[in-house]
This record gives sequence, C-alpha cells and structure tokens, in this order.
Amino acid sequence: MKRTFADFLSHYGTLLGLLLLCAYFSVVTYSEQSPTGAGAATGLAPVIRKQLGATGRVLIVGRDQPEDVAFVRRLEQELSASGIRLAGVVTGEPRQAREALQKLAAAGEKLDIIAGTTVAASWLVFADLKIDFPTLGSPTVLAPRSYRWPNFLKSENLLNIANQIAVIAIVAIGMTLVIITGGIDLSVGSLIALAAVLTARFIRDWAGGTQASVGGMILACVVAIVLCGVAGAVCGGLITQFGIPPFIVTLALMLVASGSAYLLAGGQSIYQIPDSFVWLGRGADLFNLPNAVVLLLILYVLAHILMSRMRLGRYLYAVGGNREAARLSGVPVERVLLFAYVASGLLAGLGGVIMASQLKSGSATYGNMYELYVIAAVVVGGTSLSGGEGRMFGTLTGAFTIAVIQNGMNLTNVESYTQKVVLGLVILGAVLIDKARQRR
Amino acid sequence: MAKRIPPSSDPLSGSGATGGAAPAPLLEMRGMVKSFPGVQALRGVSLTLRAGEVLALLGENGAGKSTLMKLLGGAHSPDAGTILIDGRPCSFPNPQVARRAGVAVIYQEFNLIPGLTAVENIFLGQEVTRGGFIGRQEERRRATELFRRLGVQMDLDLPCRRLSTAQQQLVEIARALAADARILVMDEPSAALTSHEVERLFQRIRELQRQGLGIIYISHRLEEIFTIANRVTVLRDGENVAEKPVAELDRTEMIRLMVGRELKDEFPARSVTRGDVRLEITGLRAGRAVRDVSFTVRRGEIVALTGLVGAGRTETARLIFGADPREAGEIRLDGKALTIRHPRDAIAAGIGLLTEDRKLQGLVLGHSVRDNFGLPNLERLSHGGFVQRSRERTEFLGYRETLQIKVPHAEQRAGNLSGGNQQKVVLAKWLARNCEVLIFDEPTRGIDVGAKYEIYRLMNELAAQGKAILMISSELPEVLGMADRILVLHEGRLTGELADARQATQEQVLKLAVA
Repeated sequence: MKRTFADFLSHYGTLLGLLLLCAYFSVVTYSEQSPTGAGAATGLAPVIRKQLGATGRVLIVGRDQPEDVAFVRRLEQELSASGIRLAGVVTGEPRQAREALQKLAAAGEKLDIIAGTTVAASWLVFADLKIDFPTLGSPTVLAPRSYRWPNFLKSENLLNIANQIAVIAIVAIGMTLVIITGGIDLSVGSLIALAAVLTARFIRDWAGGTQASVGGMILACVVAIVLCGVAGAVCGGLITQFGIPPFIVTLALMLVASGSAYLLAGGQSIYQIPDSFVWLGRGADLFNLPNAVVLLLILYVLAHILMSRMRLGRYLYAVGGNREAARLSGVPVERVLLFAYVASGLLAGLGGVIMASQLKSGSATYGNMYELYVIAAVVVGGTSLSGGEGRMFGTLTGAFTIAVIQNGMNLTNVESYTQKVVLGLVILGAVLIDKARQRR
Repeated sequence: MAKRIPPSSDPLSGSGATGGAAPAPLLEMRGMVKSFPGVQALRGVSLTLRAGEVLALLGENGAGKSTLMKLLGGAHSPDAGTILIDGRPCSFPNPQVARRAGVAVIYQEFNLIPGLTAVENIFLGQEVTRGGFIGRQEERRRATELFRRLGVQMDLDLPCRRLSTAQQQLVEIARALAADARILVMDEPSAALTSHEVERLFQRIRELQRQGLGIIYISHRLEEIFTIANRVTVLRDGENVAEKPVAELDRTEMIRLMVGRELKDEFPARSVTRGDVRLEITGLRAGRAVRDVSFTVRRGEIVALTGLVGAGRTETARLIFGADPREAGEIRLDGKALTIRHPRDAIAAGIGLLTEDRKLQGLVLGHSVRDNFGLPNLERLSHGGFVQRSRERTEFLGYRETLQIKVPHAEQRAGNLSGGNQQKVVLAKWLARNCEVLIFDEPTRGIDVGAKYEIYRLMNELAAQGKAILMISSELPEVLGMADRILVLHEGRLTGELADARQATQEQVLKLAVA
C-alpha cells in the first residue's frame, strides 16, 4: 500500500504539485465577478420575466463595446421571445441613455424596468429617476447578479496560460529528448529567434510581404523550421563524431544562431506580414481552443507515443541510461543522438514560427533566455539531467507549473523581480524532490 | 568497522610488541579481515615488513592482495585486524591519515591529475604555503631535490599527461617521498614498462631500500620477484599461505603455493561433441593490448581464454565484438569472413558478448528487465517502429522460465537483481537474438556459489545445442573445470594452448600466464 502510494507520487508527483498550485491560486484570487456578454443576458432574462409578469415595458442599456453589445442583443432576443415589450435599446454613452429617457418621458410612456450591464446599470443617469423623470413612473434598475469565482479559474485566464506557455512547452519536447539521452541543448532560445526572423524575412522578401499567399507563408515557415533542424543536425554531428560535450557545441550554436538572427533582422523587427499570418498563434478554431494549444497537445501525444511505444524511444532511454551497454547491445547510438538534436532544432524552429505568428512580426530578441525556461520545464517535470529517465507528460506538467506560477503571481500583483526569485526556488525545490525520490 | 585508534604519539603506549630486544618491525598487519557484499576478501591475513627490505606480495587474481593494500592505504576500512607501525597501533580511516603516518600506495592506475605539472602533482594536498600562498619556488626546489635523490632528470613544467608512463611513475614515487613515506606499496609497477625501464625502476627501488624505506612489491612476474625481493608473502583466497625469504623458494614452489587448491565438485559434468570450426580468429591486433592473436572455436566447444589481469583477454573479446577498433585481424564465422566495425555488425552476425562488468556495460540498471531484454531484439520485436510490448513480455517470461531467472515480474528494475540473475537477463537477451557464438567475459564474477553452478550448467547446455562458446576467466579452477580447450595470453600474445583441458593443471596454466 505504502509502496503503491510512493509509486503514484513518483509518477504523478509533478501533476499533484501543479494541481495544488492551481488550487492555491484559485483560493487567493477568489473574488466578486460581474457577468458580462451574452451569458449575463441569459441569466438576467428570467429575473425580468418574473418581476414583470406578462405586461410591462423594459429599456435595455449597455456601452458601445463588444461584450455589452452581445449582452444587449441577447437580452433583446430573450425578452422579445417571451412577448415582453421593449421601450428601447441603448448602446452607447450615458448621454444617449438620457436622451432615450427624455424621449420616453416626452412621449408620456411609462417604464417598469431598466436592464443594463453591470457598468451601465450604475450610471448616474439612473440614480434619481423619480426626480429627473417623474412621468416615467418608478422603474427598477436591474443588472446581472454578481457572483464569486476565482479570477484564476476564469476560462479566458486558463486559455491565456496555455497560449503563453505554448512556445516553451513545444520546445521542451525536443529538450526532453535531448536530456533523456544525457545531453543538453542550449541553442533553442536562439533558434527560436532565428526561426522567427527567417520566417518574417522570407515572407517579406520572397512571398510578397503583407500580400503573401497562404502557400507562400507555409513555405516560409517550413524552410525556417528545416534550417533550424539542420542546425540541430550539425550539433548532433559534432557531438557524435568528435565527442565534443553537448554543452559546448550547443553553447556555440546559441551564439552563432543569436548573432545570425540579429544580422538577418538588421537590428529591427520585421512586421511586413499579412494579417492572416496570426492564425497559428492567435486563432482558435477548435472548441475555442487556441490553435497553438491544439498543436501543442497533438505534439505531446505524438512524443508520448514515441517515447513509450516506439523502438526509437526505447533507444533514446537506453542511450541515456547506459551508453556503453546500449552500444554493446547493438543500439545505433550515434544515429539516436543525432535524431534527438535534430528534433530539438526542428521544434525550436516551430516555436519560433509560433512566436512570430503570435506577435505578427519577427525579431532577434525573441526567445531570449528561453533555453533556461525550457530546461527548467523539463527538470521540474521530473526528467533526470543525468539521462535515461523522464516522461513527456512530466515535461508538459513542468511547463504548465512554470506558467501557472507566473500567471498566478501576476494575478496577485507580485512584482516581476520577486517572480524570478520564486521561480528559481521552485526549480530548486523540484530537483530536490526528484533527488529524494531517487534515493528511495 | 574496526575501532578507530588515532596514531599514538606516545611510543610507550604500544601494545607491548616491542617487549623483546629486537626493534619492532616497520609495519605489522595482524588478522586483517574484510568482506564485501557476497565476497569474503580477507579472512585474517597477517604481514610483516621491516625497514630497508622489499617484500613481494604474491597471489592469484582475487587472492586479496589489492584489498590488503587498500586497507593499508586507508582506501577501505577493515572489518577486523590491527595495523602496527613501529609497534604502535594505527588506524587509517582515510587515505590522508595513512599518508601522514608514512604510508604511500602507488596503484596500478596512477593517481595523477593529468593537467597539472610534476611539481603540482607532487605537492597536491600537501602544498608548501606561506601566508596562504603557494611557495612555488620552494616546491620547485624540493621537487628538484627529490628527483636528484631518485637519480633522475625530470621536466618540472610539462603537464603530467605528456610524461611517459615511466616518468609518471617517478612522479608518483617522488610524491610518496615528499610525504616522508617510510612504507611504499607498488602495485604491479612494471606492468606498463619496457624491460629497460623496469631495470631503471629496480635501481630506484634499491636506492630507496638503502635509505631505509620498506617496500611492498606486488607483481605477477615471478622473475622480477627473484631479482628485487628479499622476502615473499603468498596469499590465497584471502588467507596467508606462506611467508619465506626468496632464497628458500624456486619458481615451481611459488606457483604451487599460489594455486595450491584442489578442484572441488563445483562444475557440472557434460559430454563434449565437437563439430566444425565456427569462429575463426586470425591475426587480431590492437596496440600493445592484443598482439597477433589467432584461434578457433568449434561447434559445441567451450574454449577458455585466460591469463593474468592486463594480459589482453577482455580486449580480445571486445575486438571480436567490434566494441573497439582493431588494427588487423580477420574474423570468420562458419567459414564466412565477417566485416565487423561496430557491435551491431557482430550482433547481426550472431555473436553475443556477456561483458565482464554487467553494471557498467551489460545492463541499463535503471530500466526494467523487460527493457533490457528487448534492447538488442527490438528490430525483431517491433512492427513499423512500434514495440510490441506484449510479445516482448511473453518472450521474456519464457526465458525467465527456461533460465530460471528469479524476478517477480518483467517490470522489475535490473539494478535490483542479484548478480546471478543479472547475468541470466544478459544471457536471455542474447539467446533471444539467436546468437550462435557467445563470449562470456568473467561469467561468474561477483556471483555467489549456487548461482555459479547454474550459469555453468547453462553454458554446458548451450554448448550441447551446438553453439560456440568463448569463456574469458581469470579463475583457474573455473577455466579447468569448464573448458574443453584453454588458450593462455600473456601481455597481448597467445603464449600457449592446452588442447585437453581435462588433463591440464593449474601449474601448467600459470606457467604460461607468467611466461
């Protein structure tokens, strides 16, 4: 029993930690929420119906903003559907609301209810209706009922976290492969910048800039990603053929790639890119999930299958677990290592493309220090830096842990310097827990 | 662990060993006992060393010489026993204490930092300092003086990795002298030297002897013992066998003392049916380790490759398996020449290697036995790149049955198994690969007696199935008890073949091995 609990912890300890963090931030960001948009209207309609019965007149007010407009339109539909007569609909400033009221008063109409969004309902116009517009009767001002809910757990916030961490999490897949073989790849941050700049330049210079076609953009992305893969292959080749430590080789590539990115970008950010390019980074086609997050999930599932079900995955673990034993068992050690570095390069390139899409530009400053966050995600996820051990979903958990901590601290107004300190301590703590687990 | 007694500063507090008129010997070790998990390395060994003498420590591989010297050098702590220096009991919980007490051990593998110069190495850990700064001039002066005492010239500014082996050895000796060592242990000092260099080394040793040092000299080269040693202490299976002046011994007697063990009934009987030549090695060569080795192994035959430590046995096996690059040599299997550049080639041809060191080379200890079993077999056990895990598990469980591997389930970590069961897992992975030639490098090292018998039984069974088996072993009883034919290596050369192992004696083998 105790044994199985320990096993459970060692497999899902990181996940448990992530859930605890989420619970913590949910509790501390628990606060008053005012519903907005169409949902708020759906909630408010029955209240109005109940108070009004079959007859009565309603004025709907809201600001001239997408959320308020959605509220107003939905409420309009709901009320008309149940046969309630609308005295008017206002989307705009308090001034327009006053005009509407004056018009109603002038026409000698009575008003029973003023329904507005939380903000609109609190406009001063409606504060002293009896005195300002005595002829209207005594209308009640209704607003959607506020409720209590953690800011952290709001769906926009959760999607925001996922979108923010997408690049790091995707690049961390490649890093996990490399670290499982007992290596390290310091070049990924610079490759992100290089890929972003290359993509932007290809689109600007060859695909027609802001007029670029979809095919041209796809080609630009693919070429940039493949070039990063080639850079990874060069690293892998130097590591396997000349026995240079991965730390050194990828450190060198980190400098080369970063410098090249600055040279190619000419020290500026490249923004001559069509609006449609942001589809990958900002679009959300499937169940409202951001496309980058969908891509991330697909890649993690594939990587998990690779590592747990496929021969190559087994070889990656074996090479990291005991390189000599693997070699003597006939594992093509050099090809396996080469694969890991190429994969890491390709995924870093993909990360760069996503980032360029999210920001609709390419700049050499992208991905700065990302290699460290990526390594942190892998390590927090329970992958051993000495190689041979680690799980893909551990890395995903690690990436989300980092994102949740950052997001949670933002929500609770922790300043960014303190955030760095906390993040550093979290990484240290995760590694200590890992060590304690291994000693078991 | 032995009770720690700090080196006493009061000469009168000694144990009374100095009661007689004769001065206490420089070093006395009494009733030293040390065991490691599964092995009783020393069972109460005693040794005496006088000032100004060279004592040769003799014994087969695994007799306990190295362990005894590690106790003296403070690298291990004894389970029981007393060490007396000048008749005063000492205890060496770590190498620093031993060094301060005047003991210096020069191991076969030198303990020099390759990037530091001779001077820096000599004073490493005993730096001459003035106010926290290293007194470089003073160190240099003293080092020059030490080398003058040894009668050699030495470039003091070269990093040690650029010195020759003989020079590195001199740096080690100088380091011992710098620590005012009075007891110098040299473990196989001549192993890596040319005969000319050995001659010079002996001159240095005689010089040190004159200066009153006691020297313990470990070597497998018997002729060297006769040249340099005054007395001989022979160990066997962790016990004293003899302690005699060299003058009272001859070569045959020495070998008899070292071996002196009767073969017990520890090997399963079997009938041999030799077939055609399966494995044929011609002119195998790689550096100094393997020099022009040729031999054959027939179908159904167990051939033992033996020799002393460093004779090139493991190196030979690794060359055949493609684990190291070879300079020359042809490998034929069933008459067909093989191109082996990588272990993959050897495995594809049907050669399996059960390495000497299972922990470092045979298994991925952190992974499950199923993973380890599958590793060389994944090409067969996977379909379209996907590993068929259920097939892998079923096959492994089949081998668990036939080889009687004691493991509760296939997901057990390989590192949690006993040595015997680890060896069986390695064997299972090669059998599943359909290997026709199996190279067992020290098949029973670190394996307890019961499991040894099972491994032997399996080897016999495999031979009976027509496989060709090459067994590398330094345990003479194992060689004589298991092999059909014995090949003996000495310094990378094949020095002899005993065609009928049943008639061979340990003396014969050892004679070829020390040739």
